[in-house]
Amino acid sequence: MVKKLLLLVLLAGAGLMFWLGVSDYQVKEELNPIASYYADQGLEETGAANLVTAVVVRYRGLDTLGEVTILFLTASILGFFLIKGNKKETFRDSSEILKTASRLLEPIIILAGVYVFVNGHLTPGGGFQGGAILASALILSYLANPTDGISKTLLKVTESFSGLSFVIIGVLGIVLAGGFLDSTLLPAGSIGNLISAGVIPIIYIFVGLKVGSELAGIVTNLKYAPKNESE
Amino acid sequence: MDPNLNIIIAIVLGIIILVFAALAIYHKKLSIAIIAAGAVSLLASIMYLLLAAPDVAMTEAAIGSGLSVIIFFYALSKIRKHHG
Repeated sequence: MVKKLLLLVLLAGAGLMFWLGVSDYQVKEELNPIASYYADQGLEETGAANLVTAVVVRYRGLDTLGEVTILFLTASILGFFLIKGNKKETFRDSSEILKTASRLLEPIIILAGVYVFVNGHLTPGGGFQGGAILASALILSYLANPTDGISKTLLKVTESFSGLSFVIIGVLGIVLAGGFLDSTLLPAGSIGNLISAGVIPIIYIFVGLKVGSELAGIVTNLKYAPKNESE
Repeated sequence: MDPNLNIIIAIVLGIIILVFAALAIYHKKLSIAIIAAGAVSLLASIMYLLLAAPDVAMTEAAIGSGLSVIIFFYALSKIRKHHG
């Protein structure tokens, strides 16, 4: 009884706090100074037609590097804990429908993923989204052919290579241009072209490859994880 | 699109999302709960599209309703084996 009463008091208190925060909320008619700077100058400074990409890769490039690092740590920790899997495990054969459909769909899904991150500076989407689509194609191939998926070594090499290239591009920005991950390392080009916006498309290609191989690596590790440990 | 229609779609979507979220929490069968959580993500991505955030919508659709559902199912299969 006392427990329930305390819970109710807690809920009421939380509700009151939220109400105080929200009650005098007014929709802002204009952007705050930083946002309006991005909206006004972003297109000219970066040459990226998609403003979200301009912010994510150019103005908040260090945060993007941090996100990629967090994902890398997650994948590494999962691999570290699940490494003891017995690889001789027998998998049940998947159905003919799944096999045929995956053979048809895989190239299309991979193409869509690559399109999303190559066009990240022009259309909505980018490295993270394209990488996730790429990883889902690889997972479909795991589901269809449990015994022979893409090799773990290839995933690791792709992941490390793209991560390293991302940092090297960032450091090149310090040496040759205005600062870490400065996108004016390459000429901005004409807005709307595939090859434009400086190094943003190159960085997004590496981010896409890295995210795709990491997410696929997480699922591979889960697949080979030990099953009957306690028995 | 007509703004009124937008609001109606958003309200209907919100109600369906709440139903699926309740299903994900309260359903006894874990596999159905996982699929309901994936459906919440899929509908939320449509909501983001209505709110003019296509970048976020793509992330939510690819990761929330695709990858995380598969990872949950892998984890569920491992747990089942442990319980015999």
